[in-house]
Amino acid sequence: MAYEKRISGRALDEPRKITANAGVIKKADGSGYFKIGETAAYAAVYGPRECHPAFMRNPKMGILRCNYSMMPFSGDGERVRPGPSRRSKEISMVTKNALLPVVDLKEYPNTVVDVFIELPETDAGSRCAGICAAAIALADAGITMRDVVPAVSVGQVDGTIVVDLDGAEEHLDENAAADIPLAMVPSTEEITLLQMDGIVEQDTLFRALETVKPALHNIAEAQRRAVKECYQQQAGGDAQ
Amino acid sequence: MDLRVQDKEVVVPGQVVATGMEYLPADGAYRLDDEIRANRLGLIKIEGKVIKSIPLTGVYLPQKNDVVVGRVIDILMSGWRLDINSPYSAVLPIKDATFDFIAKGADLTKYFDLDDYVVAKIIQVTSQNLVDVTCKGQGLHKLDGGRILKVGPHKVPRIIGTKGSMITMVKKATNCRVIVGQNGRIWLSGEPDKEHVAVKAIKMIEDLAHTVGLTEQVKSFLAEQTGLSADALTVKEEDLVAERPKDEQRHRRPPRRSGGTRDGPRRRPYGERRQRR
Repeated sequence: MAYEKRISGRALDEPRKITANAGVIKKADGSGYFKIGETAAYAAVYGPRECHPAFMRNPKMGILRCNYSMMPFSGDGERVRPGPSRRSKEISMVTKNALLPVVDLKEYPNTVVDVFIELPETDAGSRCAGICAAAIALADAGITMRDVVPAVSVGQVDGTIVVDLDGAEEHLDENAAADIPLAMVPSTEEITLLQMDGIVEQDTLFRALETVKPALHNIAEAQRRAVKECYQQQAGGDAQ
Repeated sequence: MDLRVQDKEVVVPGQVVATGMEYLPADGAYRLDDEIRANRLGLIKIEGKVIKSIPLTGVYLPQKNDVVVGRVIDILMSGWRLDINSPYSAVLPIKDATFDFIAKGADLTKYFDLDDYVVAKIIQVTSQNLVDVTCKGQGLHKLDGGRILKVGPHKVPRIIGTKGSMITMVKKATNCRVIVGQNGRIWLSGEPDKEHVAVKAIKMIEDLAHTVGLTEQVKSFLAEQTGLSADALTVKEEDLVAERPKDEQRHRRPPRRSGGTRDGPRRRPYGERRQRR
């Protein structure tokens, strides 16, 4: 039995509803909010600033330090223990690796750019939402970056390729669902994050990567719009 | 083959600014195949064939000859370390601190103590962004009293205005003494209620830095707050401090004062003779 009609009623290549904002945390140097369906992420960027501990400094360029964290009440009712865990450390690392190819910190040797990602609610695709929010926050902080980084998951449910799996689809059947979180540089279509949970045939994977591209480009537009709107609002419609 | 944005439009990273080979990317833009894209958040500026973007946000990167307002955060063996509102701190060496003679082993806190604010000029920046500053020169000194404001470093040019027109207007309206550091720290001192108006005006300029027609807006705000007429606030050419020619900006020694030392009277500089009576 093929999976033709999605639980949420979305089209197969349709991501969940997206809300994106910039400048949501006033004290931070840059900040972003990204909500996709029931998954929401806040990101705050501080820096470039003096790097501590000093042994982490790189005299050739600034470093990027990401911290992914789910809030205790963000899951499905089970309290998420705050603080670093095996899972959050891994996601912090892949987030950093997803963002690093676009940012340019050569002008800031010996410094650090801190990205803090907090998720107040999660319903699958939290690392993708975190990356999206972080890219908005980095752009808002005025960091030199050649592009934004959109991220979304694509996967296979009962043999059907679907874009942006939600929690219900991910847990539909232990063996039936495969989930592939993906981040891409839209201008060059380089992939900066590719993980997989589940089993997919090689040609299915390639088809999935093609299916998800339009969704990623749309998310990139939403991210750029968010950063831009932040300035047009401030101007009270006076900006050109 | 054409522009995709207007002059002075806000652009975001990755946004296509122009297509074709007619234009050239400069700061804040880069070429990807036949497209020019922005690589940071900024206001687009088109100068002939050159496209660049002027940053709207970001930290202060020290630059030679900038005048900054620094805070003393540490006292070193041979000088002071200043926080200059940047990822990098600056060093103020003893020899550049004052025209007074400072004896070996003297207590440096007598000149600049911790948490003192200092107006200093950057004299050197290395490739690793190590910064040296000086306090010798016109208008460079320790700050007493007043208050410190923080604004985005990239909004400083707008706060100063062309040839200082904007800040001169604020000074005229509020009778405050104002020093704007390129690093986004502003010192101001005046009557309390006037100070308050100046702070509000500066915040207003900061918030609306990327808009057009700002001078008029600020003028009407100041007129309303201070009760002065808009005409009185108009900055004329003679109000502006003319920029000094480059060679005159160099340090000039003030007339000698009798500076004592820890170990006795001031030694006469080499070659100076005792006056015969």
